[in-house]
Amino acid sequence: MIGQVLTLFRYRALIESLVSRDLKARYRGSFLGFLWSFVNPLLLLLTYTIVFTLILPVGKTPRMEPYYLFFFCGLLPWTWFSSSLAESSSVLIGGANLIKKVLFPAEVLPTVTVLANLVHFLLGLPILLAVLAWEGRLGPTLLLLPLPVLVQLVLTLGCALFLSALTVHFRDIGNILGHVLQLWFFATPVLYDIEILEGTLRQILRLNPMGHVVLAYQQILFHGHFDHWRGLGAALVAGLVALGVGAFVFDRLRDTFAEGV
Amino acid sequence: MSDPAISARDVAKVYRRFQQRHQFKTLKSALLTGSLLSDLTPDETFTALDGVTFDVPRGATFGVIGENGSGKSTLLKLVAGIARPTRGSLRVDGRVSALIELGAGFHPEISGRENVIINGVMLGLSRREVEERFAEIVAFSELEEFIDAPVKTYSSGMYMRLGFAVAIHVEPDVLLIDEVLAVGDEAFTRKCLDKIAEFRRRGRTILFVTHSLGHVEKMCDDVLWLRHGRVSGRGDPKRVIDAYLTYVAGGEDALLRSRQLQAAAEAAPASSPGDEPRAAGGYRPGRWGGREVEITAVRLLDARGRERHVFVPGETLTLALSVSAREPVDDFVFGLGLFAADGTSVYGTNTDLEDFAPRRLEGTGEVRVVLDDLRLVEGSYFVDVAVHRRDGTPYDYHRGLYSIRVKSRLKDVGLYRPAHRWEFAGGVLVDTPRPRPELDLRDEPAD
Repeated sequence: MIGQVLTLFRYRALIESLVSRDLKARYRGSFLGFLWSFVNPLLLLLTYTIVFTLILPVGKTPRMEPYYLFFFCGLLPWTWFSSSLAESSSVLIGGANLIKKVLFPAEVLPTVTVLANLVHFLLGLPILLAVLAWEGRLGPTLLLLPLPVLVQLVLTLGCALFLSALTVHFRDIGNILGHVLQLWFFATPVLYDIEILEGTLRQILRLNPMGHVVLAYQQILFHGHFDHWRGLGAALVAGLVALGVGAFVFDRLRDTFAEGV
Repeated sequence: MSDPAISARDVAKVYRRFQQRHQFKTLKSALLTGSLLSDLTPDETFTALDGVTFDVPRGATFGVIGENGSGKSTLLKLVAGIARPTRGSLRVDGRVSALIELGAGFHPEISGRENVIINGVMLGLSRREVEERFAEIVAFSELEEFIDAPVKTYSSGMYMRLGFAVAIHVEPDVLLIDEVLAVGDEAFTRKCLDKIAEFRRRGRTILFVTHSLGHVEKMCDDVLWLRHGRVSGRGDPKRVIDAYLTYVAGGEDALLRSRQLQAAAEAAPASSPGDEPRAAGGYRPGRWGGREVEITAVRLLDARGRERHVFVPGETLTLALSVSAREPVDDFVFGLGLFAADGTSVYGTNTDLEDFAPRRLEGTGEVRVVLDDLRLVEGSYFVDVAVHRRDGTPYDYHRGLYSIRVKSRLKDVGLYRPAHRWEFAGGVLVDTPRPRPELDLRDEPAD
């Protein structure tokens, strides 16, 4: 795993080029171009606001007001996580041309996917911060923001390596993943407050590392105080385990990629 | 310096085939038993390379030839490091750049400029190095006007040119070339060959895989011939290429022979007495006639009397017709026609035109036409043979049921090669070409 991280570091120039290519290519040819990076989270925010304040106004506690801002704090990082996984599952198959014809470590491809989505997340962040400032909720805890970002990066990268390698041989993953991510989304306290849950259900949901990451975001950005150290630490451990397993599986299957894709 | 640039020892590559249905099965069982990794076992294997051993000395240009599917490209991928050998060891010294698929990794939506940078980085240059060489790369590709347009607007030729330009400017120690000289127009191919020649002069090592035997013979110091994944020949280009061509000719021979049997089998039942030749224009194989006299067998023989279907110009071709008459006849003409693959008549004659007067044909017999000095250029030719009355009424007409293939080292064009020579006088100076003897097919066993 450490060897692979070092490899990725050696290929940082390539990763950097590919991330910027990814970003340039994504909106090339569309009317709004790069503005989509800002418009997308705004539209997402609008959709969820309509659904959960007008259509389904349930299960809210005073701790979650203003609600639209509450879930925006969790939704933005969740989008980074879920799009990274959804895209990385097909990234090796989509990059078949490269894997078969060019010599470079294949880890680069899922890494680029995760990092490109990180950039999208970072581009959406100013909008969130602007709204927070407008609501007067911008506090000194903001300085802790890099912590959950880092934990999430490790976790996402691990899952992405794992998924991208397995999807080469089990194409079914591409189909099932959307549903898994949907379920995972609802198992993560983005739209609701974890405090309203009780008993076994809450215990089960506490096993979700993304839940702790999202809680950390909510505390840091929305509530303005941070005491979820243990949860975030546990998420970091889970992330490192995911990275280790992902790197191991990826390495084991590496030689089969050129034939499998 | 005496270390070889590429050294392969007993290299084997076994590909595993996974089947679609198998994948579903494994996913289900993998989910049930929870053993994802151990279930990745293949159904069947395919050995692409086996026991391949060779050294490429530093600075050598090394050619690899062989038919499609003989393992050439697999070998190149192993040397490039894209795939790993299943068995054996393969060592490559120095930076490798592979011209395997040009422009692999170009992204259609972004400009040529950005793609050059990314492709260069991908091939192992630093960003700075690519930027330093950028002008040279663009100049080489001749795409100055289009370099800022997205590559999706490029023609396939432009795409390849840019890909070649980037790959060749990576300045590798070992350059791998796979069949990429078919890029673009004559002028660009020329340029690529010049660039490759420059590489050779500078003492870089080149591994060259191609079907263009002319290029191999001209450029390579050493040639490896792969056949079904095994080394079939190795050494001096001319010798290995000759052996390869002889082998390929033998293969074609067998193919033509089987096709011929098939054509005869299809044609025979369709014919009935009085069948007329098809409308002019379409040259279709067939057989017709009243069969009062029948051509029971046709053999194509070489000068030694052995059956062959592949000949070289200048050889002797003998057509031997076995004939059998149901009842004695005294009105018969034997004819012969030679057609190019597109149906163009190359030559036709018969015994009547050449004033042989028929006297009597009774029982069985044999008729031979000997074509001394076959002056045809390379290509496939169909042979018609017939026996008919002097008024043209066919007894037995075989149209296009037999074919020969002429192979030549000289790539002259047309159908017929008149005996000729060149003479130069006055201020015209030329180097006399190395004589290119035609292939010697005589030792081919005739089974």
